Amino acid sequence: MSASHGLGAASVVLPGSRFELGADAPLRLDCGVEIAPVTIAYQTHGRLNEARSNAILVCHAISGDQYVAGTHPVTGKPGWWQQVVGPGRVLDTDRYFLICANVLGGCMGTTGPREINPATGQPWGHNFPVITVADMMRLQVRLLDHLGIEQLFCVIGGSMGGMQVLELAAHHPERVFTAVPIATAARHSAQNIAFNEVGRQAIMADPEWSEGDYLARGRNPDRGLAVARMAAHITYLSAQALHRKFGRNLQSRDHVTYGFDADFAVESYLRHQGSSFVERFDANSYLYLTRAMDYFDLAADHGGSLAAAFKGTPVRFCVISFTSDWLFPTRESRAVVHALNAVAANVSFVEVESDKGHDAFLLDEPEFHATLSGFLDGAAEHRGLPRKTST
Amino acid sequence: MNDVSAKTQAIRVDLQLIADMVEPGSRVLDVGCEEGTLLDYLGRFKRVDGRGIELSMAGVRAAVAHGLSVIQGDADTDLKDYPTGAFDYVILSQTLQATRDPRGVLLHMLRIGRRGIVSFPNFGYWRVRHHLLLKGRMPVTTTIPYGWYDTPNIHFCTIRDFRLLCVELDIQIERALSLDGKGRVRSDRGGPFDNLLGEQGMFLLKRG
Repeated sequence: MSASHGLGAASVVLPGSRFELGADAPLRLDCGVEIAPVTIAYQTHGRLNEARSNAILVCHAISGDQYVAGTHPVTGKPGWWQQVVGPGRVLDTDRYFLICANVLGGCMGTTGPREINPATGQPWGHNFPVITVADMMRLQVRLLDHLGIEQLFCVIGGSMGGMQVLELAAHHPERVFTAVPIATAARHSAQNIAFNEVGRQAIMADPEWSEGDYLARGRNPDRGLAVARMAAHITYLSAQALHRKFGRNLQSRDHVTYGFDADFAVESYLRHQGSSFVERFDANSYLYLTRAMDYFDLAADHGGSLAAAFKGTPVRFCVISFTSDWLFPTRESRAVVHALNAVAANVSFVEVESDKGHDAFLLDEPEFHATLSGFLDGAAEHRGLPRKTST
Repeated sequence: MNDVSAKTQAIRVDLQLIADMVEPGSRVLDVGCEEGTLLDYLGRFKRVDGRGIELSMAGVRAAVAHGLSVIQGDADTDLKDYPTGAFDYVILSQTLQATRDPRGVLLHMLRIGRRGIVSFPNFGYWRVRHHLLLKGRMPVTTTIPYGWYDTPNIHFCTIRDFRLLCVELDIQIERALSLDGKGRVRSDRGGPFDNLLGEQGMFLLKRG
């Protein structure tokens, strides 16, 4: 296979907005490197009000991007949070101004390993500096400066998006009125680092990866990336959800074949997940983003005390977890809640009952949506934003 | 501020009594807040900055979906996280008797809050005594509606027991009410018959 499909560098013109940090305003990264110029690709929905007080920053998860709603330009499928974003929906685009940016290190237009390194004229590839969640937010804060938004009404996101939420709330509390970290943790667990390592090894074991230099050589580690995605996808589901969806059903056959084809429906499903992912995702990007998650440890930046990260915070928090999420189990959210209680922060915490695993935050979960809606309505009242016009 | 004219929203009589003890504009932690009825009232009519802890997920979801700051948590384990003096009032409405360590909960309550408001069913109420004395059975009344086998109330006390514990813990009782089965005030002077005639006790407490 070659890099001629969806993500061959800049082969698709990506819709949306872009903002560039020029050479005079470099981005200083945690690893000590400064990069410039830096591009951030983002989408907005709704209208910023005159007081600039109704902006919501949506932070995407590792496999997401800035296309929260509407049709995705590469896959042709609905945006990843279509269930939640839109007129009259929970993140009501009639009331709020939504911003979602592709993260630093991503592969949908923001500076990352897939983009051209201006110094060499070649894709950054494996020469891209290692980035952190804090670096991602440094860039997004620069975007907020550019958009003239001093304080977000809300920053919200699940999984890696939730880490970004916690990062912004902890280190830029003045930029945030409410923070909604969903299905996330204040630090990546050993188990999650282990899963990420399996994914990275799958990519790097693919000879097409070419020491990370595949784009320059016109190759693509599709098989490695697909396996990484397959392994990760299992962690996003629950045993119960897999059983309900597939059981031991066979895939378009009546008997097992005594071979290694995808006999089982669940195998076929995973293979599909893997192969469709490589159409829209860059393998190096996957390496860098998983690394950023592994490095995330909010307490470590504050002498090991998570509470210290939130001391004196004026931010109103709504922490949400899901009962069947074993990737970011409720105890991780509870640790955040305990830290927030220790500084008497304003916090709500709900564990939503769902058997859909980690992915529940992306799915149609009425109880989750009702909780979120209620929290945002309450906060909007405190922020002096107009009430919902109709129900 | 004229609170009386604002009381357009009816809440349970005993909750109203608690609400009346709370100074407007104060910071309140309601432990065992259920669906947040009291917090909602305090926020709307007394400009209170309120937080809640509730054990049941159904209660928490309802409260948060209603725009209240409530967390799922347990009075026995989660109060220790809160910093000293973080609240003006900590409220335990019909919650103390369901905790594993009422003594520890009371101490934390008055560490976290400058004042505490506690209400509980009075096991010294004459009907309760009557149940035990004449029928020889565990009492079931309007304020203690459960059978012995399915009750969440694991640490019953009488009003007199509670007063003695307050002395032991150096907790000052600022107000003592005894209530009837419907939550109405029977006596607000902390008189000697409270323990016999009050179906519930309600106390405004302060660190001694």
